[in-house]
Amino acid sequence: MEKNKTFGSIGAKLGDLGSSLFSIALALAMGAVIILFMGLNPLTAYAELWRGAFQNPTAIANTLSRATPLLLCGLSVAVARRAGLFNIGAEGQLHAGAIATILFMLAFPSLPRILLLPVGILIGMFAGAAWALIPGILKAKRGIHEVVVCIMCNYLIILFCAYLVNGPFLEPGSHVGQTTLIAEAGRLSNLFVPRSQLNTGFLIAIGVAVVVYIFLFKTSLGFKFRTVGSNPEAARAGGIIPEKISIGAMAFAGSIAALAGITEVLGKYYRFIDGFSPSFGFTGIAVAFLARSNPFGIILSALLFGTLDSGSLRMARVTGVSSDLIIVIQALVIFFVAIPNITKFFKLPKNVILARFDK
Amino acid sequence: MGYAVQMKGITKSFPGVLANDGIDFAVEENEIHCLLGENGCGKSTLMNVLFGIHKQEAGEILIKDKKSTITNTKEAHDAGIGMVHQHFMLVNPMTALDNIMLGKEPIGLFLDRQVARREISAMIEKYGFQIDLDASVSELAVGIKQRMEIVKILYRGADIIIMDEPTAVLTPQEVQELFKILTGLKADGKTIIFITHKLEETMAISDRVTVLRGGKKVKTVVTAQSSEKELARYMVGYDVNFDLERPPVECGDILLEVRNVQLLPNARHSVSFEIRKGEILGIAGVDGNGQQELEEMIMGVRKAPKGGSIIVNGSDITGTTTKFRKAYGMGHIPSDRYKSAMVKDFSVRENYMLGFQDHADLNTYGFIKHKVLAAFSQAQIKKYNVVVSSDESSIGTLSGGNQQKVIISRELGHDPDVVIVAQPTRGLDIGAIEFVHSTLIDLRRQGKAVLLISVELTEIMTLSDRIAVLCGGEIMDSFENSRDVTREQLGLLMAGKAVGGSYGEE
Repeated sequence: MEKNKTFGSIGAKLGDLGSSLFSIALALAMGAVIILFMGLNPLTAYAELWRGAFQNPTAIANTLSRATPLLLCGLSVAVARRAGLFNIGAEGQLHAGAIATILFMLAFPSLPRILLLPVGILIGMFAGAAWALIPGILKAKRGIHEVVVCIMCNYLIILFCAYLVNGPFLEPGSHVGQTTLIAEAGRLSNLFVPRSQLNTGFLIAIGVAVVVYIFLFKTSLGFKFRTVGSNPEAARAGGIIPEKISIGAMAFAGSIAALAGITEVLGKYYRFIDGFSPSFGFTGIAVAFLARSNPFGIILSALLFGTLDSGSLRMARVTGVSSDLIIVIQALVIFFVAIPNITKFFKLPKNVILARFDK
Repeated sequence: MGYAVQMKGITKSFPGVLANDGIDFAVEENEIHCLLGENGCGKSTLMNVLFGIHKQEAGEILIKDKKSTITNTKEAHDAGIGMVHQHFMLVNPMTALDNIMLGKEPIGLFLDRQVARREISAMIEKYGFQIDLDASVSELAVGIKQRMEIVKILYRGADIIIMDEPTAVLTPQEVQELFKILTGLKADGKTIIFITHKLEETMAISDRVTVLRGGKKVKTVVTAQSSEKELARYMVGYDVNFDLERPPVECGDILLEVRNVQLLPNARHSVSFEIRKGEILGIAGVDGNGQQELEEMIMGVRKAPKGGSIIVNGSDITGTTTKFRKAYGMGHIPSDRYKSAMVKDFSVRENYMLGFQDHADLNTYGFIKHKVLAAFSQAQIKKYNVVVSSDESSIGTLSGGNQQKVIISRELGHDPDVVIVAQPTRGLDIGAIEFVHSTLIDLRRQGKAVLLISVELTEIMTLSDRIAVLCGGEIMDSFENSRDVTREQLGLLMAGKAVGGSYGEE
């Protein structure tokens, strides 16, 4: 009896943060085993990974810059998740946002920065929201599962963008699918470290995290989102219409995902390049999941994923461990987070675990 | 006489709960023994230990004076123990015969239904069960399904029968039928363990009673030498006041009027009634006869079909949203507490906002007024004696009674004129039930119009000024509540009949 009580409270004390950290540690350990099997030294590999991500200001800046789109996509997934929806369409929404912003800026190159930048960003966010409304409305009005519609919408918009930048908006003379460069006035400024990829998009992302937090926990609309997400029937009995919330939540999530695409194209490439996103939208799902849809947790988990990402190149170059290993580690993190009460599982003595299997 | 079952010093714990704490429980052969206690007192755990579903940490079990080694359901059957669960374990599309023989099919080269049929028919005849073996289960009435479960157990050779809260789903007449069957089984030498939390039933059916409270055994008594009052005291640990005064209140204007509302699509008649200021209208009926539809249509959670109207305080609110109705002075205590009344992962404080998130007191320009909300929640917690360490702990950690207090105090905190109360004491223990009942009487005194929907007849008969009986989505009859109204009358109406004959027979 007393024993059981103690074990229960260890799990409780660790809480969500604890079990997330535990999952990360476990994933890194498993990654180390894999490196060992490859006949290489995991310690030097991880050391090079760390150095690659943090060895000098430029490396740190690039790590932060890689975390930026993951942070925004994670927030997008989390907002939908809180309202009970699975936004697997962030990848499509960020394409919609990026293309809309770039096309607007190409159309009005002579606008002053004070107009061009904010209006361009807003138009992109609007496009992302509109694109996300398709699954939102179909879910609300017809009960079609948002995951199915999101996946189909992803294909549509990604391929449509590819057509645009390889066809009508292809840069004259270019051999890769990309538009011409946008005007200087539309570009996000470099931040802190010159010649790094870090730009003001990072600050925008942090700002959005704060806004999402305030929205979810301090406003009555956010309360409605969370109520619908946790118990739609209680929401309905409490005068909230879950269908309306579904539509609103998808639109909000779509506009945040769009920002991920917008900050990438305005801050790094200054044009739309076909295939600019290495699945930010899908990695965002993992980021949100690891942080259990907590906006501040998402900042940390996006930084983790960004670190793995930016350090992996050096790790591969110096130690010969393939940079694909970090995808394995990311997957393992999610795998362990998905196991409920994993900390308890590992803390319990053997006989208790066996007794559980008996049931 | 020997003992059929002896459980000595049974201790069983789950993380954080000591469910059984050294319980001694002995059932004599050929008796009906009630295991009485409130929700969560350890009744089910004890029976699951006996049945081999859980393994006790301490204590031993003797079945017919032999040490029990049961570790699963099959071994329990072999030892002659059978259990009728509260939720029936039947396969709906299959016939009664197939369901009964399931698990003990006579198998030669092929399934030999004739052998099983002969044996089962003989059994049915012997106990007077009246089951059509060729009917498919989905066509059968609840009472018949329960009899099938009993036959199933007998067919497997059980002579110790455990009944887990068997009356929860039955009308009063069906309960009488069940009691007749149980008495017959006893006469035939069977031993019956009857799990319940209802005092009347315990008094009516049992030879002896064992009362559990908080995982401990309180006492075993001979029923004939005890009383409801005494048993109630054992159950809750203090004297319970059964006599609820319903002082006369002068009824005022009509506050809620329901006119021609079609509850179920295939009901022949729609439903109409009115409730005045200071009046409680009780809606009796077996669960699933349109109660939830009624509740939800009045609150606008579910759309009322065309033609019907709902009038509150003289104005027609038929087409309005739930949000409007709540703001217009309609309080709602939903029948399904966990599903519709609260969000279990949210804090108690946030649950105090549910349904009033757009209320001007709690909301400025879309931002929640956290200070006002905290003050409101703490005031209500104090006023209604909700037992909770802090209003920031999640409501899921509270007991059912305290959760219901939160919901009631939330709805009443905005001073509604009309209160829709559905199954308000479902799953609550006696102390909490007392509280809910006195709160409802208090509402009546304050001049609210109260619609009380409940499957508990005692509750309806104690609290209501008028009673309407719902069956198949129609009101069978409605009348003033007086001493002349009997449970039998209500029971017949609940079964959809005005005169004699029992439910489920043709």
